[in-house]
Amino acid sequence: MTELPASSPTDRTERQKRNANLRVAAGCVAFFGSMVGMAYAAVPLYQLFCQVTGFGGTPMLASQAPANVLEQTIKVRFDANVNGVPWEFAPKVREVEVKLGETMQIDYFARNIAQRVAAGTATFNVTPATAGAYFNKMQCFCFTDTALKPGETIDMPVVFFVDPAILDDPEASRIKTITLSYTFFPTDAENAAGPQAALTTPVEPSAATQTHTTQDGRS
Amino acid sequence: MAGAAAHADHGHHDHKPGFVKRWLFSTNHKDIGTLYLIFAIIAGIIGGFLSVMMRWELAEPGIQIFHGLASMVYGVEGDAAIDAGKHMYNVFTTGHGLIMIFFMVMPALIGGFANWMVPIMIGAPDMAFPRMNNISFWLLPPAFILLLLSMFVEGPPGAMGVGGGWTIYPPLSTSGQPGPAMDLAILSLHIAGASSILGAINFITTIFNMRAPGMTLFKMPLFAWSVLVTAFLLLLSLPVLAGAITMLLTDRNFGTAFFDPQGGGDPILFQHLFWFFGHPEVYILILPAFGIISHIVSTFSKKPVFGYMGMAVAMVAIGAVGFVVWAHHMYTTGMSLASQRYFVFATMVIAVPTGVKIFSWIATMWGGSLTFKAPMVWAIAFIFLFTLGGVTGVQLANAGLDRAMHDTYYVVAHFHYVLSMGAVFAIFAAWYYWFPKITGYMYNEPIAHLHFWITFIGVNLIFFPQHFLGLAGMPRRYIDYPDAYAGWNLVSSYGSYLAAVGVLVFLVGVVEAFVKKRVAGDNPWGEGADTLEWQLSSPPPYHQWEQLPRIR
Repeated sequence: MTELPASSPTDRTERQKRNANLRVAAGCVAFFGSMVGMAYAAVPLYQLFCQVTGFGGTPMLASQAPANVLEQTIKVRFDANVNGVPWEFAPKVREVEVKLGETMQIDYFARNIAQRVAAGTATFNVTPATAGAYFNKMQCFCFTDTALKPGETIDMPVVFFVDPAILDDPEASRIKTITLSYTFFPTDAENAAGPQAALTTPVEPSAATQTHTTQDGRS
Repeated sequence: MAGAAAHADHGHHDHKPGFVKRWLFSTNHKDIGTLYLIFAIIAGIIGGFLSVMMRWELAEPGIQIFHGLASMVYGVEGDAAIDAGKHMYNVFTTGHGLIMIFFMVMPALIGGFANWMVPIMIGAPDMAFPRMNNISFWLLPPAFILLLLSMFVEGPPGAMGVGGGWTIYPPLSTSGQPGPAMDLAILSLHIAGASSILGAINFITTIFNMRAPGMTLFKMPLFAWSVLVTAFLLLLSLPVLAGAITMLLTDRNFGTAFFDPQGGGDPILFQHLFWFFGHPEVYILILPAFGIISHIVSTFSKKPVFGYMGMAVAMVAIGAVGFVVWAHHMYTTGMSLASQRYFVFATMVIAVPTGVKIFSWIATMWGGSLTFKAPMVWAIAFIFLFTLGGVTGVQLANAGLDRAMHDTYYVVAHFHYVLSMGAVFAIFAAWYYWFPKITGYMYNEPIAHLHFWITFIGVNLIFFPQHFLGLAGMPRRYIDYPDAYAGWNLVSSYGSYLAAVGVLVFLVGVVEAFVKKRVAGDNPWGEGADTLEWQLSSPPPYHQWEQLPRIR
């Protein structure tokens, strides 16, 4: 640009200079726009990344049990929390000893202790985070809206296995205990008793097993 | 370095517009630079006031002043005053951080000195987009006012202001502080960010397109290089902050769930986005300082800067690597060991180009004909103190050590050594270096040295003991602490008062220079000052380089 012959600074007209400046500025603006786009693209990419790699304790969703079952066992503990849902919510067993690769079903139990219909949806996580990649859930009640009438109870099954590949991961192979934690949040707190509750009134325990339809959902 | 054509008849073209047109509608890069410098001084005094209040509070265990302050400002009494005071302390730390970063250091270094000197140094008559330059500046005062206003409206239920720290992590910044204070602060950051982005575009265009004939990129002064790299960092990182805080805003007000686990979001994502901006941001604060220090060390050693090419490339390398180290701020968020290893390694790599710069400055001084004028003593102190902060930075880069140090005063000491003594010392060095050029008047050398020594002793008294406090486990961002930490906290507070006296001495020096009107001359620093600004009159003509200088 300024490598032009030094003797001719006036050869370039003002307009040419202006256009050159505007080109650089337009490039900068485009770059700025793409970076804003990248920031927003980070949201789905981060979720995808967590789902694919089990990063940050995101359990994997599997449809098929592994072929090999090892003799070595690992302890899996279950944790239950409610955040704003008037439910009693707890696992039926606190912990199980499960063989690596063995498919196991456990039940969580929920009871509506309020005098109204209350609906909730659950998020989940496993700790330690590095175990997320090896903790596979085949069925769970995560991210399905569940509505309970006053006093109604429900059993919610979780079918899972711990991938034997955990032994090959230097960061995860020494893990002796994995904790699976669920937290129920209210869905649509004000309208919980409204039409939505009516729609889901015939809640049966098996309803929870439909949850694999949410596998395309969030991590 | 350059042989500028004589500036023949500038007196004829040098008539300036009237006051309103000159200062409010200014399109002259020097006037806008002056406005930025004045703005930075005002913001710095306000930000400094907040920090002295914090140190006053922390001088002794227990709550000294903030309950009284809260009842004075917000009119609450009794136990409510104590609670309001605790929150108010957090508001002060948050305000101090945001003001010093966005409204003091960035306006001073980038808006002020870079606006003033970069066009002159590269032989350009003005910035590429003078009117955009005006917008860049005038976006800042409204942004600053929004941030100040946020201190007086509700943040968390029943308390005033944003108390979430400058990192504004959710969920404290979303469900934790539902009041409008956080919205005002977010809007303030948006506007300040827009200002910086426009400035960055302006600098990139100016430096790419408007260099004088013969001034290739690798003949360009190092300060212009540092500003070019800084502008690119701004362009890359600020949009990510803008995106992140926009997500915060929609999470707060429009029911989205980017960072809300209840809706499938993840608060850790905010930390990733924030630090993808935040880490380059600290290089944005320090890179222009690197450029300034190179000029000053070279000027007062009467030698060209050692390893020019290495210095320029080192800044590019620091800028580039600065983008891939962000998660070293997040070692304790449950990252896998493999990612921690990577971030430890990448972070330590930055010490290499930084070391190149430190050693090049020392090599520039080596065998030089040194004079210890005020800019030089600030610059030497910069090198010493920045290196000290760099050493603790390399320590903190270790994920294992960071487990113990995370969120302690050790971290506070570290980043104040690199910023409060790095960036701020460079600002004062630049102030005394370019004051004669900008105003045409010579500053008072004894007052400048007094200012230096008071500030040097003051800030070291503040922050060196904080290393001990951090090692002993004192956590950041609390209004109170156990009695065991009392001693060094008192020392630290005394240092803070001393540094505040230093600010007064600085202001006295400025007033004195304007009162005495000692004429500085075109080049008060002699042969060592070989960049283009010293070939102009002091102050430079209103429109410089009407005949472009030719660089051989």
